[in-house]
Amino acid sequence: MGATYTTASSVEDAVAAMAAGARPVAGGTDLVVGARQGKKPLPQALVGIHKIPGLDGIGESDGGLVLGALVTHSALVSHPIVRGRFTGLADASAIVGSHATRANGTIGGNLMNASPAMDTGAPLLCMGATVELAGPGGRRTIGLDELWAGPGQLSASADELLVSVNIPAPSPGTGSAYVRLQYRRQMEIAVVGAAAVVTLGGGAVMDARIAITALAPTIHRVPDAEAALVGGPPDEARVDAAAAAAAAAARPIGDVRASVEYRRAMAVVMARRAIMTAVARASGQDMAIPASDSTYGS
Amino acid sequence: MKYEIILTVNGVAYPVEVDAHASLLHTVRDQVGLTGSKEGCDDSECGACMMLIDGRPVNSCSYLACQADGAEIITVEGLAPGDDLTPLQSAFLAEGGVQCGFCTPGMLISATALLAANPEPTPDEIRVGLSGNLCRCTGYDGIVRAVSKVARG
Repeated sequence: MGATYTTASSVEDAVAAMAAGARPVAGGTDLVVGARQGKKPLPQALVGIHKIPGLDGIGESDGGLVLGALVTHSALVSHPIVRGRFTGLADASAIVGSHATRANGTIGGNLMNASPAMDTGAPLLCMGATVELAGPGGRRTIGLDELWAGPGQLSASADELLVSVNIPAPSPGTGSAYVRLQYRRQMEIAVVGAAAVVTLGGGAVMDARIAITALAPTIHRVPDAEAALVGGPPDEARVDAAAAAAAAAARPIGDVRASVEYRRAMAVVMARRAIMTAVARASGQDMAIPASDSTYGS
Repeated sequence: MKYEIILTVNGVAYPVEVDAHASLLHTVRDQVGLTGSKEGCDDSECGACMMLIDGRPVNSCSYLACQADGAEIITVEGLAPGDDLTPLQSAFLAEGGVQCGFCTPGMLISATALLAANPEPTPDEIRVGLSGNLCRCTGYDGIVRAVSKVARG
């Protein structure tokens, strides 16, 4: 009977189609583009989720944010609250693909694609984001750290649809940043990346979250790096120690874009830039978005 | 399996029959008969196939025709009525933003989307807004000048 396509008009519709074997498609910027590139053929059964009402909103909740699965990167990077208080996410969404990728690519698709090089993953992980998954048996909420199981691998089952991303309110005095190594500013995938969320109080680092991108099978936080930064002023010694610890946790692959050695060497640089940008923002300095472009070459 | 969908291209509704995997680009070129949008790379690298879907710039080679059912699609043919040119199209001609012309439909669509979102882009914002649209002839300067000219106007 050949390939099939249906359009879901509700989350329940989509989940039913997925339970019957269909794969969801929204912007198509991973699924369809990947098929065109020959990475993986298009699934035989597809369910379009792009018309499900109510999934494209960015809402505030107790100082935090609730992002519908269909929120695009363009919507994120132009949203004043995302730019103002969840700046590391704006850094990431601003540099995903091209303008056309950002106009169509969704946050749900980005996270569920489970690429260890995705830009939005590290800042959201550092912000403590959780995702709500809808499946045939109901809904559940898990942390992003529980979602990814490996490159392109999820702990979620194939009939679970990401419905929303919940980001808790940041503490006062918090700044965030995401920085990647890029050979060009646009149409690029992170060669190496790092995110930092830093909370300052009385001139000292009260809390720090640091995560690394494209340096391990999944994006993950580095507790040693966080511990190295907390407990005193964010001076050079503390920042260097944290960046070194972040790089020490790297288990990179070598591929056409960078060798293992080069990724390791750049991990410390990206971590330092992310930490310093987050510290500057936590101190109230206005740093350009995306941070990757303004620190490029420094 | 074949699906009957309606593609509304440049304000005209075209009923077409497509496979689940059919791309919007091939459907518009082969069934609707509008060949202004080009196939370059066929995997979202080059931007020659760019169309507007409900105002969003989309690489139509990598977009399912089925997903565009019922949406408002604009191609290069629909930017200006008949043989008229938009100010942007005239500026491309005046500034030497066109050489072989293969990238031009996509460039015009991306630039149109950029100017709709940001009517006064800086030259750097223009370059970012046209990233993903490749030109192998002009060296881009004429294209950026053309968009700047309209932006200032």
